Amino acid sequence: MNAIAADIRPARRPWWGQLGPFNMFTGILLGIGGYFLGALVIGATLSKGINSQIATDQNDMEFVLGILFGVAGFLIGMGFLNYPLARLRGAEPSLREKEEHGIWRYFTLCTDHKVVGIQYLWGVLFFFLVAGINAMLIRTELLYPTEHFWSADRYISLVGLHGTMMMMMTSSMILGPFGNYFVPIMIGSRRMAFPRLEALSFWLLPAAEVVLLASVGAQGFPSGWTGYADLSVQAKLGMDCYLISFALIGMSMALVGFNMLATVYTMRAPGMTWGRLPIFVWAVLATAILQLLAAPLLIAAMALVLMDRIVGTTFFMPFSGGSPYLYENLFWFFGHPEVYILALPGFGVVLELISVFARKPIWGYKLSVAGLMGVSLLSFFVWQHHLFVSGINADLRPFYMLTTELISIPTAFVFLNAMGTLWKGKITYTVPMLFALALFFNFFIGGASGIFNSDVPSDVTTHGSFFVMAHFHYTIMGGLVFAFFGGLFYWFPKMFGVRLNEKLGKLQFWLFFIFFNSTFFPLFAVGMLGQPRRVSAYDPSLQTLNDWVTASAYMIGVSFVVFVVNVIYSCFFERKPALGNPWRSRSIEWQLPTPVPVNNFERVPVITATPYEYGVRDAPAVANMNPTHEQVVAAGG
Amino acid sequence: MSALRPSPEMRRVLLVWLVLSVIATPLVVILLGPQLPPGAASDAAHGQQQDNTVMTAIVTPIIILLIVYFAYVLSAFKHRAEGEPEDGPPMRGDVSVMALWIGVTLTIVIFLAAWGAYELFPGETGAGGGQGPTPLAIATPADASTALPVQVIGQQWAWTFRYPTYGGVETTELVLPVNRQIRFTVTSIDVIHSFWALKLGVKADAVPNTSNVAFAKPVKLEASTVRCAELCGLWHGHMYAPLYVVTPARFLAWMAEQRSRWSPATRYLPPYATKYAPEPTYRAE
Amino acid sequence: MSFRRAGAIFSVTLVVCAGVLLGLYVTRFLEAAPPTVNAAAAGLRQSSLTLQTVAQVGHGETRDWVSYYARDPSGKWVHSTILRVPAHSLVHVTVYQYDTATGLRNPLWGQPRGIVGGVMYVNGKPLRVLNPELASHTFAIPDLGVSVPLEGVAEEAPNQCENAPCGLDKAHNTITFTFNSGAPGKYRWQCFVPCAAGFILGFGGPMQTIGYMDGTLEVV
Repeated sequence: MNAIAADIRPARRPWWGQLGPFNMFTGILLGIGGYFLGALVIGATLSKGINSQIATDQNDMEFVLGILFGVAGFLIGMGFLNYPLARLRGAEPSLREKEEHGIWRYFTLCTDHKVVGIQYLWGVLFFFLVAGINAMLIRTELLYPTEHFWSADRYISLVGLHGTMMMMMTSSMILGPFGNYFVPIMIGSRRMAFPRLEALSFWLLPAAEVVLLASVGAQGFPSGWTGYADLSVQAKLGMDCYLISFALIGMSMALVGFNMLATVYTMRAPGMTWGRLPIFVWAVLATAILQLLAAPLLIAAMALVLMDRIVGTTFFMPFSGGSPYLYENLFWFFGHPEVYILALPGFGVVLELISVFARKPIWGYKLSVAGLMGVSLLSFFVWQHHLFVSGINADLRPFYMLTTELISIPTAFVFLNAMGTLWKGKITYTVPMLFALALFFNFFIGGASGIFNSDVPSDVTTHGSFFVMAHFHYTIMGGLVFAFFGGLFYWFPKMFGVRLNEKLGKLQFWLFFIFFNSTFFPLFAVGMLGQPRRVSAYDPSLQTLNDWVTASAYMIGVSFVVFVVNVIYSCFFERKPALGNPWRSRSIEWQLPTPVPVNNFERVPVITATPYEYGVRDAPAVANMNPTHEQVVAAGG
Repeated sequence: MSALRPSPEMRRVLLVWLVLSVIATPLVVILLGPQLPPGAASDAAHGQQQDNTVMTAIVTPIIILLIVYFAYVLSAFKHRAEGEPEDGPPMRGDVSVMALWIGVTLTIVIFLAAWGAYELFPGETGAGGGQGPTPLAIATPADASTALPVQVIGQQWAWTFRYPTYGGVETTELVLPVNRQIRFTVTSIDVIHSFWALKLGVKADAVPNTSNVAFAKPVKLEASTVRCAELCGLWHGHMYAPLYVVTPARFLAWMAEQRSRWSPATRYLPPYATKYAPEPTYRAE
Repeated sequence: MSFRRAGAIFSVTLVVCAGVLLGLYVTRFLEAAPPTVNAAAAGLRQSSLTLQTVAQVGHGETRDWVSYYARDPSGKWVHSTILRVPAHSLVHVTVYQYDTATGLRNPLWGQPRGIVGGVMYVNGKPLRVLNPELASHTFAIPDLGVSVPLEGVAEEAPNQCENAPCGLDKAHNTITFTFNSGAPGKYRWQCFVPCAAGFILGFGGPMQTIGYMDGTLEVV
């Protein structure tokens, strides 16, 4: 789109005109219709006469078909079939959807990667808060050593809902909003390689969440987020919701990974050599490899359990030729790369933030890339550490102990980078910087506790206890979620044109940081003293610790209320404008105007330096925004 | 800055770190070590406690380094002047520092892995973890041949214990004689559970149609509980059984009483086997 | 519309929706539980509990599920498994068993445990151990050490009950036993027979649902 065309604005249409024929509302309508078609027509017909479905009053066949057709209906109603059908009929390739304007395009299939990023942001925040409320309800029950508020089966469902929602949401917590919004800009591209796939990977998220929340109406599910067979095969109707929603998220993850890899590999601007790639993009790449390779195994595991439940296969049924070990291995072969999918983008974000707010280049850029890629590669070789005491061949234990401990070496590279970047820096303690620094504090505790877990003799005590829970909350919540908020406060001005209130941000940070540590540090002790995971009844001697943890957890909730108040206040009431480059960052996204134009760059730029040229005298800008034809050719474009 | 010739600033930081580590690490080992779980009520638990002490001792100087370094850096290099800060010096990296860092972390990691593997040897600690149906000879205690075999059966939602050398009697409490090696054979008859005897330092998943062997030798008279450490359904959190470690005489008396009281049920029990496949094996009729 | 106005509307809508949804979630899902049934008084420090186990509820969404029913002191049968007994008292339990036998997974539970005298009475006759293949359900309170197998009705018995709660005219066995309620507390109880017909391992559906084959005993 050239500069002249941008002046011609379409006439203001009423809001329902802006929505277009295919949008979220038609999606919901067709989704509901699809559910009835799948369940009441197809499912009921197929399951007629099958005793195991009819005579048990638990018709999984009907329910699963209903959900699958419902999701398909939702996606069709969103308009995802339109373009493929049009192309089949001979239409020309086009990105027509991108030229919409107005707020209602956020409720449709939009191929502008910036719109998808913002859709992801609100989606991720919404589900984070819902899962967080579940966490508050879990902690409320743990105030007493026996069931006091909710009965045991509701509590188990609560635990499963919290865990599954958080795992589903955090797997795109940074890649979704910030990866989609900024990766194309950071590599100098005007779009993602596959914009419609990108939109699909977002819309699978609300579909998955609705399916998961539907389990509340279907008696919940008892297996926690790991869904171990053969408990998951035995479980009631709500289990199907978990299986399908998690498989949908797996698809979304695989699509995002594929899209990111294709975009970064093929759409870098001239002059964007691998050595000039921002560290955030390297982290996205490392994550994308994991997503693409590991997520399909999750989909396979979920599909096999569904077949065991409905069709009567016995993949995981122990007395009929199958084995629960098969599920454990299949799940954790995905599950371990999954946790690095969660951790790596956080590292990328905080390295960017520390560089900007210490006003120094990243110390050891190549080492940090090696660290991110090393973690990514090694993460495929460690999954048996989840199975140390489960009866695996004992020969394997030292090998996996070694690989698990080795993975701390590339992780430590990131720490060295941060330490070196801060040395002799000019540090300003803005809210993003506070969150970035807190990641290193939290992740160290999480990583050190990981050392205990990776050691087989120590794991005999810690496996399946609250120690493990504290470990992964420190690494994922203390790492990824802190990095997310750091990135959010940092990039908010670029995405929305207003700054989030600094005072409220600092209040949120300190509440969150202090009470996060106060909540999860005692849980190491609780686990070591014998409280297993996912229990609503525990030894009465641990009640004081549990009560302290619950009180601190409520304060974490308060910090998130402060955050919500901050967002509403800053967006609707204070509206402190922050156009241009409020953080004086050298990164390319800050050289663009706010709001970022639809096609990002008027002309595809030529990249002339890394974004980390702080302190270098007469350093070139990160990119030449108006290159001449000769400059483009010289850079290899 | 080079690794082998640190600047005076860096030297001060490292000195503070060294002093604090030298003070803290022995304190941790001497004061905290004996308090660490899982305690010393069995040989396996005692070995695991030592293992935890070694790891805590290694982690302590690393924590102190990070705290001292970050505390110094975050206060010394804070921008205090008015207005926006200028840029800092463009330090890109130093190969010697990176090499030193990698060397040190690699050494620590390999030591920890080797130490952990060593702890799996007989007479040490890893024997408390479930090793599957055929435990390694190298990780089996020397007195395994005279061990008391106890089968732990996990079911939804209770633990039962079978003593094959005492007529195959099955009980709902786990009573063990002190100072005798115990060979636990853990299995399940429905879904995956996990047998966790914290005080004995034993954890072995109870997987249906499999037997999972673990060893421990209780050395202290003890009364505690055994819990389930793998989510197994509705009453997972309530799946506990009492554990009593008693004198051998008391154990024999208890066993005689159990055998006579529960002999009617023992007649109906299937012959002792390391795993069972009770009906229904798939769907109930 | 100004931003402030939009912000005010958005905030109010958010708070109201969140409050309503959270309220529904907590009251309709989390706190949903069957009613509590008190044991009937039966003398000084004694009480009596009357329960029945049925092969199928016969009506509603879970018509094919096995279930326990409890009789409240007024004589009405309640579809609940939340029972309340006084502390430190002898609880005389009568179970009317209407279901056919499924068989125990673990034959250990064929011998009653934790009951006074160690003997249960089936149709008036004392029984020390039940052939595990004849068990239809058990009434077990593991934390109190109580476990009693309930003998099943013969497969070909006439006049079997199809609609709960069942009357004494339908084929049934009557099992009675007594246990000591002990110190106050909340104890869970369950069935150990894999009696959920059609479900995987016999432990799905009603066997995992409070109000059917699982419940709590409140000792107050």
